[in-house]
Amino acid sequence: MSTAKQNEHYVAPYDDGVSFDELPDSAPSSHYSPSWTGWLGIGVVGFWVFIAVFGPYIAPLGENDLPFPDDYSEFQMPRPGAWLGTDESDRDVLSRLMYGAGRTIGISFAATLLAYFLGVVLGIGAAISSPRVDMIVSRINDAFLSLPTIMLGLVVVAAVGSSIPVLIITAGVIYATVVFRLARALGQEIMVMDFVEAARVRGEGRWWIITREIWPNAAMPLMTDFGLRLIYVILFISSLSFLGLGVQPPQADWGSMVRENLGALSYGQSVIPVIAPALSIATLTVAINLVVDDISAHSGGKLSKRL
Amino acid sequence: MAQSSDDNDVIFEARDLRIHAVRDDGSELPIVKGVDFKVRRGEVVALIGESGSGKTTISLSALGYCKPGLKFAGGEALLLGQDVTKMSTEELRPIRGEKVAYLAQSAAATFNPSILINEQVTEAPVLHGSKTSEEAGAKALSLYHALELPDPENIGARYPHQVSGGQLQRLMAAMALCGEPDLLVLDEPTTALDVTTQIEVLKAFKQVIKEEGAAAIYVTHDLAVVAQVADHVVVLYNGEIKEAGPVETIINKSEHPYTKRLMGAIRPLPEPGQGEDSNHQHMRDVPALEAKAVDAGYGKGAEGKPASMVLRDVNVTIERGKTVGIIGESGCGKSTLARVFAGLLPPSDGALRLDGQPIAPDLRNRSREELRKVQFVYQMADTALNPRQRIKDIIGRPLEFYGGLSGEAKTRRLLELLEMVELPPPFADRYPHELSGGQKQRVNLARALAADPEVVLCDEVTSALDTIVGANVIELLKSLRRETGVSFVFISHDLSTVASFADEIVVLYAGRVAEQGPTDKVLAPPYHPYTRLLISSVPEMRTGWLEDTVSSKETITGMTGGVELTDIGCPFFARCPLAIKGTCDTVNPPRRVDGDDHIIECHREVDELLGGG
Repeated sequence: MSTAKQNEHYVAPYDDGVSFDELPDSAPSSHYSPSWTGWLGIGVVGFWVFIAVFGPYIAPLGENDLPFPDDYSEFQMPRPGAWLGTDESDRDVLSRLMYGAGRTIGISFAATLLAYFLGVVLGIGAAISSPRVDMIVSRINDAFLSLPTIMLGLVVVAAVGSSIPVLIITAGVIYATVVFRLARALGQEIMVMDFVEAARVRGEGRWWIITREIWPNAAMPLMTDFGLRLIYVILFISSLSFLGLGVQPPQADWGSMVRENLGALSYGQSVIPVIAPALSIATLTVAINLVVDDISAHSGGKLSKRL
Repeated sequence: MAQSSDDNDVIFEARDLRIHAVRDDGSELPIVKGVDFKVRRGEVVALIGESGSGKTTISLSALGYCKPGLKFAGGEALLLGQDVTKMSTEELRPIRGEKVAYLAQSAAATFNPSILINEQVTEAPVLHGSKTSEEAGAKALSLYHALELPDPENIGARYPHQVSGGQLQRLMAAMALCGEPDLLVLDEPTTALDVTTQIEVLKAFKQVIKEEGAAAIYVTHDLAVVAQVADHVVVLYNGEIKEAGPVETIINKSEHPYTKRLMGAIRPLPEPGQGEDSNHQHMRDVPALEAKAVDAGYGKGAEGKPASMVLRDVNVTIERGKTVGIIGESGCGKSTLARVFAGLLPPSDGALRLDGQPIAPDLRNRSREELRKVQFVYQMADTALNPRQRIKDIIGRPLEFYGGLSGEAKTRRLLELLEMVELPPPFADRYPHELSGGQKQRVNLARALAADPEVVLCDEVTSALDTIVGANVIELLKSLRRETGVSFVFISHDLSTVASFADEIVVLYAGRVAEQGPTDKVLAPPYHPYTRLLISSVPEMRTGWLEDTVSSKETITGMTGGVELTDIGCPFFARCPLAIKGTCDTVNPPRRVDGDDHIIECHREVDELLGGG
């Protein structure tokens, strides 16, 4: 092609009878394929989920068994028979870590599920309700949001006493407030879309509009947030356990393991009993974050475009 | 290649420019496939093509910019001799805003609503340090004068929401020109505007480009607009130049079949005699849908009246199998009327009748059968289709909801509907985002037809589509009307589209019916002065039309104001060349009847409206 065709009339070569089809809007979107950080996150999360589920079956010893009953001494260095050493009561750190994984992850996951159930139902409910109902529910939620989470948790657990169901319900209710705000905002955004109005003009009932029109469009962003929220709940549960109000001894969970073994930092032979559970919390939360980031980086533009 | 003597004047040149899209798996898809063109000083080059042709992508390359997911894959984009495609962001920063400026489609989205206009207009040169804020302020003032903005001394001290849409569009031009760039890139700057506003903006742009001695790349899909502003035209399809040359040649002697197709999609000017009068075989004794003396508005005011009245005393009758076109500028209440019919906005006064029977004003009180008979088709197919539902579910839902169909009967009907809107059967399994804009609009129509309706309300259904795609949708609507006997209410601000499709036209101005009647009568004298303004504002496919039009009396007065709702008097008073002071602004205009069913609301006698304004 020549560049000097500006003033004269240029006509591209053509075949008669070729139709010029309407050009496609955009290339169909591809499926999610994780980047290497995404794979790393998935690997680590997968590892911990495996331990959480099968830990009690594959742990070398029981939760409260002593690996060296004849050689009682706290905070022993790792050696065959106790690959991560022993803790303040000379129990096997590795076994306790494996038992604790199930409790930390299980309680947190259940609490996050509860938070999502409450938050989504109330949030989307508020979004489609009359302004008055929305206002009342939202202000109550704001009041809860203004309370510091850990303080609220402390008060509830101190009053009712600690057990696993209490922990799950407390964390679930506290974090439902955050989910409520997100679900309500998403619901309101989707409520004003033309396809929802089209459903209303068609005469669809409220249930159809929530389950078929709003929910499928809110689910994806909410699921991305689920991972993030799970991290906060893990940290919350671990903090409560660290403060002695979470999982009660002699049961192990990562937060309480850190607290039990704090003494190792000042006068133990080995600091592994403190570092190992702390590191477990860190690797799990960072890995979840990696996966969430990777998914939202992939769908970021497209998600908002679909909304 | 011969070096011509005027090559010093070349501001921008694309040389074998190639831009690729990078897919997720790393493979590349060419979007722009080797494009060459030049822009000389004082020259406007139009890039024309439908969406997906790469015209915006090419225009952005002049700023050294690629949208995310795209990359420069070869060739050069020379701005004043420098290849901007190979520059880093740091190197580009002083060039953008200084040497080249970009004007986006939407001025409303360009301006920050909470910062004074002047501050935003002068921001770039002051930030780049090329002007002091006094110099920039003086430049801005001279531009306000050149762009013929009202009250140029003080307009800069307003906020963006305090000026009209057309004024904001011109202020955006001032923003771009304040740094005295050599090249201006305009991306569809008038596409979203009403025809009357488009004229004022085009005129200002054209004048200021000439005065400033800048060069411009003008991106559009509207050939009639190109004829007014461009010196050269580059026709693009699928990232390749199909035809290029001086504007006269392209418009009068185009050769490439694609250019001819673009020309063919342009609808003739609105004139009597083209409204394809549909046959009467579907007629019945009672009209399909009727609005009697309807008032409607938004908000809650005193005595149960809306706080802001939009529609006043509107009477519209839609006969079975007929099409009623509703026309007017934005803010005239066209969509409000459609929402009243659909039951989304209950009227504050007046009555609605469906098949001769009164129906509830609020859709929540309508029976499923009544809901079925009135279907709504939205302007933006993108937002009207649930992105998470497959096409078969979107179209299938009304079939089972109203018709109670399921299983094989539903599938059979679904395939019939797809065939009716000319989509292949495999599309049933696709999601909306896998379809083009025109295809989505067809699905949108099919969903309405699936209800087996009496009346389909089409709200600006072709406005968001390219000329060719829009023309195809209109052809589809015409054949659907013949086959099904469905009545259409066709709302548009594009008079040419309405004229080619409607049997009857209702001209709305500021919520009142200015004129209504059969298409042939509305488009022939006597006209309401507003109808005359609308007709004369539709761009013609010839060069020089803009100059002829802006010198005519009705355009000059018509351009002076925007749509304002008034409680008494004729709302068009301020813009009317025939206005009678003391009467038109204080007394509601009477209904004048010309012939059987042609109504004009005006203080002037029908005879007075016959003559040329």
